[in-house]
Amino acid sequence: MQKSLNIDPGKCTGCLQCEMACSYEHTGTFNPSRSYIKVFTFHHEGRFAPYTCTQCDEAWCMRACPVDAIGIDASTGAKVVYEDKCVGCKVCTIACPFGTINYSQATGKVVKCDLCGGDPQCAAACPTDAITYVDADWTGYDRMMASAAKSLPSAEANA
Amino acid sequence: MQHLIIGAGPAGVVAAETLRKCDPDCSIAIIGDEPEPPYSRMAIPYYLIDNIEESGTYLRDPRAHFASQNIEVVQQKVDAVDTAGKSVTLADGSSRAYDKLLIATGSNPISPPIPGLDLPQVHSCWTLEDSRNIIRLAQPGSNVVLIGAGFIGCIILEALVKRGVNLAVVEMGNRMVPRMLDDKAGGLLETWCKNEGIDVHTSCSVQSIADAGNGQVEVELSDGGKLSAALVITATGVKANTSLVEGTDIKLDQGILVNRRMQSSNPDVYAAGDVAQGVDFSTGNFEVQAIQPTATDHGRIAALNMAGRDDEHHGTLNMNVLDTVGLISCSFGLWMGVDGGDSTELYNPDEFQYINLQFDGNTLVGASAVGKTQHVGVLRGLIESKIDLANWKDRLMADPTAVMEAYLASTQELGYS
Repeated sequence: MQKSLNIDPGKCTGCLQCEMACSYEHTGTFNPSRSYIKVFTFHHEGRFAPYTCTQCDEAWCMRACPVDAIGIDASTGAKVVYEDKCVGCKVCTIACPFGTINYSQATGKVVKCDLCGGDPQCAAACPTDAITYVDADWTGYDRMMASAAKSLPSAEANA
Repeated sequence: MQHLIIGAGPAGVVAAETLRKCDPDCSIAIIGDEPEPPYSRMAIPYYLIDNIEESGTYLRDPRAHFASQNIEVVQQKVDAVDTAGKSVTLADGSSRAYDKLLIATGSNPISPPIPGLDLPQVHSCWTLEDSRNIIRLAQPGSNVVLIGAGFIGCIILEALVKRGVNLAVVEMGNRMVPRMLDDKAGGLLETWCKNEGIDVHTSCSVQSIADAGNGQVEVELSDGGKLSAALVITATGVKANTSLVEGTDIKLDQGILVNRRMQSSNPDVYAAGDVAQGVDFSTGNFEVQAIQPTATDHGRIAALNMAGRDDEHHGTLNMNVLDTVGLISCSFGLWMGVDGGDSTELYNPDEFQYINLQFDGNTLVGASAVGKTQHVGVLRGLIESKIDLANWKDRLMADPTAVMEAYLASTQELGYS
């Protein structure tokens, strides 16, 4: 069964434990600046929004890659970067309209959420269930449709 | 159905794969005239730096990929296209018929009108063959002159610096990458390069190149200066490679004119990538965009239509990302702004940081940045989805770095209204 990250910003307290867990899982250090999930702060509203790759079907990053360095993890459906193939050209970082694949100066490669191979550490670390890893069908089709219609005018035309 | 694709770059390969997804039974052949398996020019800078083997530039694993998808790869030069008889003639004299033809022949480097360009020390940087010549001549301690500080020139600077050469760059424009970055951003790149020990000459051109003996050449500049070099690299832009269809019924301008289905004026002939002049997202005009994301978008849409699906392109967004000896820059859409539009910027030259946003009303239409690597893609998202930023524009005008926050607040349910 395909699962996906479900993010409920209303539950986020901005504790950044997801960023700590993500950076530790992927780099071996507690360094939020190297986390693949990012908590955005809305000072005016006093709100927080964790955000990372949604593993979108369009896979703009994968299509734009000139050297076939991004593929699909068959078990999780995650789009993953093959570090041995990535040359660090950064074309994917401008192709992804969500801004969720980024260049790492530390490694000279691009990095993105890989769902931790099916055990996402951000979800495990979140103390308020703002990030959960659930059956993809439960992430709220209506919410996704509404979001898509807002963010992609062409989605409305095709609906 | 027989599909022929001329050109083995990203546009051609993506088109072939898309055709196969749409139609398991059709015949697909990619014809390319270079001796290597289909490869990416985007990867050449990393090959020059010895970060990857030559095989690291290949678009796909050539051992299995094309055979497993039943895509034939033919290494031959195409001599002629007969659009009336719907066939192409190859250099070995054989011919191949097609039902649908895709021209994805890319572009060729422009040779500037400079005497001495035919000397053996002068090379362009476009193909793997060029790269091998550059690697051979760019020996540590040797003098190298790069003509042109456009995208290609800038992206190979780091490789040349790392090869330990003494490097001079000559650019006709008043700044580096004038077609991708504005004065401030281009100025930051110039300062950065000078700090890295590169001899940068802007608003300057090369008058002539002459043999100076001992394997060296002398490069004469328009400002009266003279440079000695063991290698001269020309990177003065590229031009759509339309030679195959010149003199046919296919309409040409800067490239092959294509409609939103990537179809040329001949309904059975399509074009994609650097050779195609298709709709630009920002202006609605027909423009050649010689960039990787446009090539793959074009390839996919051409293939969908060749396979009988009706798919119209909303236009490609011009965008670039560039790493100039470690300083990363990018630009999107109408980064130079529009008449009557607003703009905002954050400029911190001491830290080599710059971000500039261009609005038309409440919509972001262009952006450029230097020294920013995180979440830059969202600039594309904001521009291409034409999000109404009425509630965020004032905040962005005050703090142009808050683009991700603006995007999230405009598109996600944040748990508050």
